[in-house]
Amino acid sequence: MELSVSLYRYNPEQDKFPYMKNYKVKKPEKDIMVLDLLNMLKEDDATISYRRSCREGVCGSDGMNINGKNGLACITPLSEVLKGNKLELRPLPGLPVIRDLIVDMTQFYEQYEKIKPFLQSDTEPPEQERLQSPQDRDKLDGLYECILCACCSTSCPSFWWNPDKFVGPAALLQAYRFLADTRDTKKQERLEELGDPFSVYRCHGIMNCVSVCPKGLNPNKAIGEIKSMLLTGTKEDKIKVVGLE
Amino acid sequence: MNKVINISNKSNIKEFDALIVGGGGSGMRTSLELAKSGLNTAVISKVFPTRSHTVSAQGGITCAIQSADPNDDWRWHMYDTVKGSDYIGDQDAIEYMCSEGPKAVYELEHMGLPFSRFENGRIYQRPFGGQSKDFGKGGQAARTCAAADRTGHALLHTLYQNNVKEGTNFLNEWFAVDLVKNSKNEITGVIAFSIESGEVCYLKAQATVLATGGAGRIYASTTNALINTGDGLGMTLRAGFSAQDMEMWQFHPTGIYGAGSLVTEGCRGEGGYLINSDGERFMERYAPNAKDLAGRDVVARSMVMEILEGRGCGPEKDHVFLKLDHLGADVLNSKLPGICELSKTFAHVDPIKEPIPVVPTCHYMMGGTPTNIHGQAFSRNDGNDLMVSGLFSVGEAACVSVHGANRLGGNSLLDLVVFGRAAGKHINEELKSGGGVDNASSEDIELAMSRLNSLNESESGYEVADVKKQLQTCMQNYFGVFRRGEFMEKGVKELEEIREKSENLYLKDKSIAFNTNRVEALELQNLLEVAEATAISAMMRDESRGAHARDDFPERDDENWLCHSLYDPVEKKLGKRDVNFVPKEVEAFPPKMRSY
Repeated sequence: MELSVSLYRYNPEQDKFPYMKNYKVKKPEKDIMVLDLLNMLKEDDATISYRRSCREGVCGSDGMNINGKNGLACITPLSEVLKGNKLELRPLPGLPVIRDLIVDMTQFYEQYEKIKPFLQSDTEPPEQERLQSPQDRDKLDGLYECILCACCSTSCPSFWWNPDKFVGPAALLQAYRFLADTRDTKKQERLEELGDPFSVYRCHGIMNCVSVCPKGLNPNKAIGEIKSMLLTGTKEDKIKVVGLE
Repeated sequence: MNKVINISNKSNIKEFDALIVGGGGSGMRTSLELAKSGLNTAVISKVFPTRSHTVSAQGGITCAIQSADPNDDWRWHMYDTVKGSDYIGDQDAIEYMCSEGPKAVYELEHMGLPFSRFENGRIYQRPFGGQSKDFGKGGQAARTCAAADRTGHALLHTLYQNNVKEGTNFLNEWFAVDLVKNSKNEITGVIAFSIESGEVCYLKAQATVLATGGAGRIYASTTNALINTGDGLGMTLRAGFSAQDMEMWQFHPTGIYGAGSLVTEGCRGEGGYLINSDGERFMERYAPNAKDLAGRDVVARSMVMEILEGRGCGPEKDHVFLKLDHLGADVLNSKLPGICELSKTFAHVDPIKEPIPVVPTCHYMMGGTPTNIHGQAFSRNDGNDLMVSGLFSVGEAACVSVHGANRLGGNSLLDLVVFGRAAGKHINEELKSGGGVDNASSEDIELAMSRLNSLNESESGYEVADVKKQLQTCMQNYFGVFRRGEFMEKGVKELEEIREKSENLYLKDKSIAFNTNRVEALELQNLLEVAEATAISAMMRDESRGAHARDDFPERDDENWLCHSLYDPVEKKLGKRDVNFVPKEVEAFPPKMRSY
């Protein structure tokens, strides 16, 4: 049996416009990953370009649009995505394409940097570690595991519209990761920087982010938490209600 | 792509105080130290830094922080590491790593690393292989600090985040081609190009730090990322500098059968164990005390013995099982969530219900560019260590040597942060007290450009994918878990042919923007350098020690080989170098029979 693979191709030095190129390959006996298939195609056509590194779903290099849905090529088995032996591979939507499946992620990284993705504390660090109860540490589960693959942000219509002003699900998940960390003392400042009409509030709960996250994380829930912190503050931290004082 | 760099108009020259090649754990720990010191520091990385292979480390970072056991002692950790190394780890370096370790780990916690916790709020520690209390006399220790089973991910992201905070310059998706060496044999930077734009530059620096990680891709089956192609070692070997202990490659006992993905030793630390086709917990026979937590070399060899003696699992009887289901869903979901995910994806088994099929898989390069504890690289001259001015190396790319012939689990992440930090501190002091290197001439720069230029000008030759396959098959067949002289000789011969081919690659696609085929061709030439160093070193060391197991020389030979091997890439010969047995604070641990 044959597989029909339709691949988004664009080389800025040769092509005026991007185009879809069809490849026919013998359907592998084993159920392989989309990345394995790409590697097979590249052995025959070395010009095909895509990013890849860990090939086990932890480095976040090979996010792409697979038969209409964003995902990581290395942990997406063909059996899960094939539609009648057809496979269409496109770059992540919404970001400028550099070549083939490779997008320019600058805007995505800029939003990440904007939320100050590092622990900030007013207290002098002790000689040993800062203590944190297992219950408080549990609050970071589902947040710190993000691999910055951009599958979520590039599936989000709000991010497509305002990639410069809406922080996007990936970076907001990280914003909440630091808001939720009992060791961080800059909650008020962090919230103030997110309180404008765009940074968080452009999220309208479409939930594409949740549906595509290859790590099973839930940016929508984190965004909900940020919104509620912005509106009510948290009692223990006595956070002022941003914008309402 | 520009073929020339003009020194006089400086248009393709970028100048820094310190240049770090590689954006993994060791590189970013070095750059963090330097960025904080105010030096103009840049990190060049062929991938966005959080895509580096440190991200795949799972089980943890081993360090005597006295959390699981208030009486733990870094000297016990040192003893275990020396024993694990089969006595060719340098004891001054091991002493430094184990005693400085707690500071480096607390710093990571202060930076925000989300370590798992004990009820008292301290960092969670789990048992790992080769760990003991009281110098091997007090039973199993629990010394590996963990963030669930995603410690490498947590560590790498934390380091990237703190580099963002300190304003480190990143040249992301830039590829370093070769070292620039001036007439005084000093390293003055690298030739590199932007993978996206094709711009070729001379990145000039007073200190060049190679933090390029391992090269597991010399083997067909490896836990390593596709990017682990030994780019730093390729550069030093081409520049004529020595490489140390290159025969020492760790085969991790538990790579997922068929896929090669790593299953952390933490699984056995939490109580998992290996079984053969009879359902027998066979490690009880090979290592009656430590059982499944013996050194990795011991466990890997035992697994291969089981398979060779017909007790392997599956229709081909070519793997064994890692049993975890008895630990229960709660432990697996809270302590090993990533493993549950990986097993379902790559082995199609749910470890809560079924065992995972595993097989020893190439995992870690104990050898590398020889350095002292400050990361300063040296080469050999008439049997003496000779510092290479301007050149440093840290992490898996370096051989300092704390792992000797066999690395203990959890010591890799510790190595990265302890020696990354040490190199950063040293470079800061050296440059601030007026140290540095002379300029390179146009000819020196041209020489460093020649590999890239000849590839770009190739009009015929061999396909990258074909030659890479030949290389990986050769290494897998002749230089695996067990080695034999006659096979290795055959392998070395084959590598000569493969070298010929790898020096005559054909780059059909000459396009500039994100030409991954060009990158892969350059990586293949680096793999070849590392493979050849490995092969010749392995063939010449005629004894068995640590990860280097020969069926024609099954015994350890302390009389002739209680030493480092030092590979000379110019003569393609193996020399010897003394192991350090002079730690500063404690008595040296003398070589003993190694049993677990």
